Amino acid sequence: MTAPAARDRDRLIVFDNVSRFYGEVLGVNRVQLAVPPGITSLVGPNGSGKSTLMNLVTGLLRPSRGEVRVLGMDPRDPEVFFRRVGYCTQFDSFPRGFTGRRFLRAFLEVHGFPRSEARALADEAIERVGLGDAAGRRIAGYSKGMRQRIKLAQAICHRPDVLILDEPLNGLDPMARAEIIDLFRRLASEGRHLVISSHILHEVDLISDQVVILNQGYVVAEGDIRGVRSEIQARPMQILVRCDRAAEVAGLALQHDHVVEVRMHEDRGGLLVSTRDADGFFRLMGRIVLETGVEVETITPADEDVHAVYEYLVGYEGESV
Amino acid sequence: MTGATDTRPAPGTRALRLGQTAAILRVEIGRVLLGRRTLALYVLAAMPVLAMLAYALAPDSREIGKISMIYSGVFQAFVVRFVIFFGCVGVFGNLFRGEIVDRSLHYYLLSPVRRDILALGKFLAGLVSTVAVFTATTVASYLLALLAAGPAAAREFLLQGPGAGHLAAYVGVTWLACLGYGAVFLLIGLLVRNPVIPAAAILGWEWINFLLPALLKKISVVHYLQSLMPVPLDQGPFAIIAEPTPAWIAVPGFAAFCGVVLLLSAFVVRRLQIRYESD
Repeated sequence: MTAPAARDRDRLIVFDNVSRFYGEVLGVNRVQLAVPPGITSLVGPNGSGKSTLMNLVTGLLRPSRGEVRVLGMDPRDPEVFFRRVGYCTQFDSFPRGFTGRRFLRAFLEVHGFPRSEARALADEAIERVGLGDAAGRRIAGYSKGMRQRIKLAQAICHRPDVLILDEPLNGLDPMARAEIIDLFRRLASEGRHLVISSHILHEVDLISDQVVILNQGYVVAEGDIRGVRSEIQARPMQILVRCDRAAEVAGLALQHDHVVEVRMHEDRGGLLVSTRDADGFFRLMGRIVLETGVEVETITPADEDVHAVYEYLVGYEGESV
Repeated sequence: MTGATDTRPAPGTRALRLGQTAAILRVEIGRVLLGRRTLALYVLAAMPVLAMLAYALAPDSREIGKISMIYSGVFQAFVVRFVIFFGCVGVFGNLFRGEIVDRSLHYYLLSPVRRDILALGKFLAGLVSTVAVFTATTVASYLLALLAAGPAAAREFLLQGPGAGHLAAYVGVTWLACLGYGAVFLLIGLLVRNPVIPAAAILGWEWINFLLPALLKKISVVHYLQSLMPVPLDQGPFAIIAEPTPAWIAVPGFAAFCGVVLLLSAFVVRRLQIRYESD
């Protein structure tokens, strides 16, 4: 996703060596990215710079260094830029006194749409996010999930080509999440760029074409899941084994050089193995089963999805590796 | 969602910008006149009216010339320097600051609107709202003041005497006061978190205007407004008298001052970044 040719910049979201500092505090540093159409997920712990990156894309913040271009457009030219870009922010706040429908219509009129068109677009967006009858009620009385839906409706109502979505699944119940994820898929299938940050990694994993992993303001990995995997292939891969006599299996595994670490599960019914040679470990497990008669329930690569890669890179506590 | 024609006027066109300004006006006028900070505005606006009502209802009738002098004093000291002043602090100071406090300004900044158009739209909304409210205050309080001379004398002063001209002048000063204080407090609301302290400093400056040397007098809103008052007042024994600015200079000069302040506001809005937690 890096170093796009000049002719490609008009169809990419490009971060060109972008840094943002808050005084002496680092927001993001030297971000070099080129995001293609489809769904791209920003993943990282709190404070990793996800929201900063999204605010930089949309011009709510200005880079301290570097430049951001979205489909060749400059965020500092809002009259052109926000015709094609929608942003669902993390800010859980709204102008006072509006109903959901009136909120959408009012800001569609600010976009420049005639009233009749604003009404039609607002109704379309309300339907797409499944807000239904609640759209006629004041936003001040909305639940967290309804507020999330109306924010999403505000981001998509003018039919943008690029959607920036900061934690869009927050506050939604499982049914609503499934609906919204389906909406994301449809939007992406229409050729749009969707950049999504989320800590609900399982769901992000299901829909992402690309992943960008951030930690402490730096991009630590980017690409598709397997691309990220290969980027870090010099590091050990984690494999989850559920079996009886796990301690015996651990002892046998540790006799091999490619096994760098074994962690026992608390219930002693399994182990997490870190190995530099996954294929070699699978062969080894076959031999152990044959030679010792250990009963293996599952052998699963633990880091084939975004969640695992994320944890692998930044750790459970958010510490850098 | 694809395949639909974009019905918006093209970027950069006058049609787009006029439409956007009108849309911002609708949103903001509703917010100013019907929002949660509205009550204070209406209480302020009602104060001179209630004061003049009490004056009119007093049992002894008064001479119309004296009433005219008293109203001029009330208008200059109370209506302009207190009611309109604090009304503009509340309305214009909160056009941006209120939304930053409420964390809702980003919805405007994420719309395809030039930021100077946003500043202009918000300012016009504040101006239309304050002009509407305080014009009603000025007209109502003036008419009630005249009634203290009795209905017949009031009618005669208004229709055959200089009353209508005075009223028109007071209304004009009201509009200019809203324009001038509005421009100043729009800018202050953008620059500082709490506009009360600068507002208090400006209020003090406006109040001591009569003591200032001629050159410093001109760096104030009230100096230009005083030149336009239909009934001049004696400024007291300690006042430093300066040549009043003629209306043909005061009004365009005042408008130019407001234009410069608005340009500064637009400049600040163009550079505005959203970091609510630090605001």
